Amino acid sequence: MKRFLPYRAVVSARYRMLLQYRAAAFAGLVTQCFWGAIRLMIVAAFYAASTQAQPMSLPEVVVYIWLGQAFFGMLPWNIDEEFAQKVRDGSVAYDLLRPVDLYAFWYSHTLAYRIAPTTLRAIPLGLLAMLVLPRLGLAEWALRAPPSWVSGVLFSVSLVGAVALSTTITMLTHISLLWTISAAGMDRIMPAVVTVFAGMVIPLPLFPDWAQPFLRWQPFRGLVDVPFRIYSGNIPPAVALLEIVSQGVWVGCLVWLGRVLLARGTRKLVVQGG
Amino acid sequence: MGYIGPNGAGKSTTVKILSGILVPTAGRCEVNGVIPWKNRLQHVQNIGVVFGQRTQLWWDLPVIESFDVLQAIYRIPAAVFQKNKARLIETLQLQELLDIPVRQLSLGQRMRSDLAAALLHGPRLLFLDEPTIGLDAVSKLAVRDFIKMLNRDDGVTVLLTTHALDDIEALCQRVMGIGRGKIVSDGSLAALRATVSHERRLIVDLVNAQEIVEDPAARLVERHGRRVELAFDPREVSPAQLISRIAAKHAIQDLFVEHPPIERIIADLYAKHGELEA
Amino acid sequence: MAIGESLKLYWLYVKLSVRAQLQYRAAFLLAALGQFLITGIEFLGVWALFDRFGRLHRWSLPEVAVFYGLVNCTFACADALSRGFDQFGTLYIKTGHFDRLLLRPRSTILQLAGHELALRRIGRFVQGLIVLVWAASVLNVEWSLGRVSLVLFTILGGACLFFGLIIIQATLAFWTTETLEIMNTLTYGGVESAQYPMAIYHVAFRRFFTFVVPLACVSYFPVVGVLGIADPLGSPWWFQYLAPAFGILFLSACLVLWKWGIKHYTSTGS
Repeated sequence: MKRFLPYRAVVSARYRMLLQYRAAAFAGLVTQCFWGAIRLMIVAAFYAASTQAQPMSLPEVVVYIWLGQAFFGMLPWNIDEEFAQKVRDGSVAYDLLRPVDLYAFWYSHTLAYRIAPTTLRAIPLGLLAMLVLPRLGLAEWALRAPPSWVSGVLFSVSLVGAVALSTTITMLTHISLLWTISAAGMDRIMPAVVTVFAGMVIPLPLFPDWAQPFLRWQPFRGLVDVPFRIYSGNIPPAVALLEIVSQGVWVGCLVWLGRVLLARGTRKLVVQGG
Repeated sequence: MGYIGPNGAGKSTTVKILSGILVPTAGRCEVNGVIPWKNRLQHVQNIGVVFGQRTQLWWDLPVIESFDVLQAIYRIPAAVFQKNKARLIETLQLQELLDIPVRQLSLGQRMRSDLAAALLHGPRLLFLDEPTIGLDAVSKLAVRDFIKMLNRDDGVTVLLTTHALDDIEALCQRVMGIGRGKIVSDGSLAALRATVSHERRLIVDLVNAQEIVEDPAARLVERHGRRVELAFDPREVSPAQLISRIAAKHAIQDLFVEHPPIERIIADLYAKHGELEA
Repeated sequence: MAIGESLKLYWLYVKLSVRAQLQYRAAFLLAALGQFLITGIEFLGVWALFDRFGRLHRWSLPEVAVFYGLVNCTFACADALSRGFDQFGTLYIKTGHFDRLLLRPRSTILQLAGHELALRRIGRFVQGLIVLVWAASVLNVEWSLGRVSLVLFTILGGACLFFGLIIIQATLAFWTTETLEIMNTLTYGGVESAQYPMAIYHVAFRRFFTFVVPLACVSYFPVVGVLGIADPLGSPWWFQYLAPAFGILFLSACLVLWKWGIKHYTSTGS
């Protein structure tokens, strides 16, 4: 465990620093409650106007939307601006000189960057949606608990997988910055791609039936679609295990890809003499 | 006019009130017959302000283009603008800088450009807040000469807020000192000196470094090998008297009579009024 | 004339800003593309929901697309013009640079509006326009002079409304010095909700966005007028044509608030 000491230290230091932005977190909380409310009303209107059976029931979509707002910060849709600045002004070179595994080092940083804002928003928002709404007589719009403790446990596991996946994808975007130093390219396209394919625009099952096979075989679904549907039981526990495994597989593949690209990228950086 | 005081005394506050961007809670203020904050647009049309630390030029634009934007902002008639611009470029030696973006200028170059920018619209009153801070010696002198010329030849009233007391010494006919929001001195620099102390210094370079120099009317300040620095009050003994007395007893290679360093004067001034430098 | 003169200065600001941005052409194009994508996927969601559910009460996809397209074009305009206000706290208050604006013989509104014309916002505008044009062709809208004016008036009124909201956000910075995101709720949240006809929302929500922040007056009611359909909320046609004026009125109220904010700023010093 001693080997992990530097990485743990990095995670906790960054975490503590990011926690300081409380006022911003509160503003974000309000914004996201609002957003959640709008999406709920839109989706409810659609469901009310139709009588057909759908791949997801309205209560399941309600859960999905609230979880989506709560864990919004966790999605790999933005890059750490501090890191981008480090690449821009060349101080990324200092990191190359540290006696640590570079990928793991940056991974720890990115992990904290992904988790910290979420904790500040997810917990209050989740509590609000779960406990306050029913008191206001809006029980049908509240965030419900998982249908069984098994689903709940599997949700937690898949959430860990989602965080790992998100960090891995953010890492890939960061690494791409080593090639296009002025932060162009991937970080502009990433947000849109991730938002759609993770299921943040609408839950993936609600996309057309003909699109479903494509949506199944892409890594981003493990970010939002998989964990949230495990929570609501839309993905039953038996299938959930498989899904969690597939999350793990994707994480593994993308970590490997990340390490390969990082090695190439740093070599390039050193050669350029930046 | 020089405006000095310890940090927190209220110098920037005064400048802000005079320039119209701060509204006081009590009291009266009139500049050029106008109450600054009540008629902001009219008032700022006739003043120029230079902040030592912050530039008013557009960071990414070449200097000359910043000037053009300022012409539009201040509605300077074309003929007046060309004349002022040409003159300022010449006196501040900006010819080589005109096409360089402001972010690439050195501090000295930027300050000269900022001075020009503040004067393009021909204000009669110029506020300078720490204009020579961080400047190298050459730039400092250039700025100083320019301000002197501005005041003497063009009749522009200049209010100089600064900690650089050598600027005060070189430029100011009138010095106002404030402390904790109150005026502690107002008058010429000589009068300022006088309020603090009349003390003068006599510096003597002896031929023989071993000699001891003493005089009932003088106090030994410092001694470095050959150099002896004595302090005396010219009201008790005139400089000429003291010099002749010392010269009678010792072989002298060189001597000068000086005021105490101005920093000493100012520090004493603040101390006298119970103020301490922050 | 004072207005013409101010416009001349504003035009100068615009030229400088555009030139500065086009210097970094690749970065600008990518930023615009990124904007286009991230705003465009919203419509993907709308389309998918309609594909699955068929209809949304009495509204068809092309009709909703008109709401969507118009509010996106409107917001893109306001967003492009208001960057100086949007980042006011960080760029001007924290740095003390606002003092410099006060030391110039020009209105602070003009100077801040001239801060930047954010060209990359064209990404959202193009995306909205494409959707709007598609919807109009599918619906076979008869483009009379009245309808065209109404669309333009809506964009004007809507841009004023959003601009006003961003000015409120900037005014808050006089008290808090930081750029608070809380107004994002109303600006981005407002755009989100106005992409669909207001009629589908909860009555309290509708009331807020009609009487407090007149968003419905610059999106829902005029679009109903453009579509030429009977309003489920029962507004008369003349109201639909006049409604965008409330956006302009809202902006005037926000400007009063702004002046008050400046008074506070100049009385307390920094």
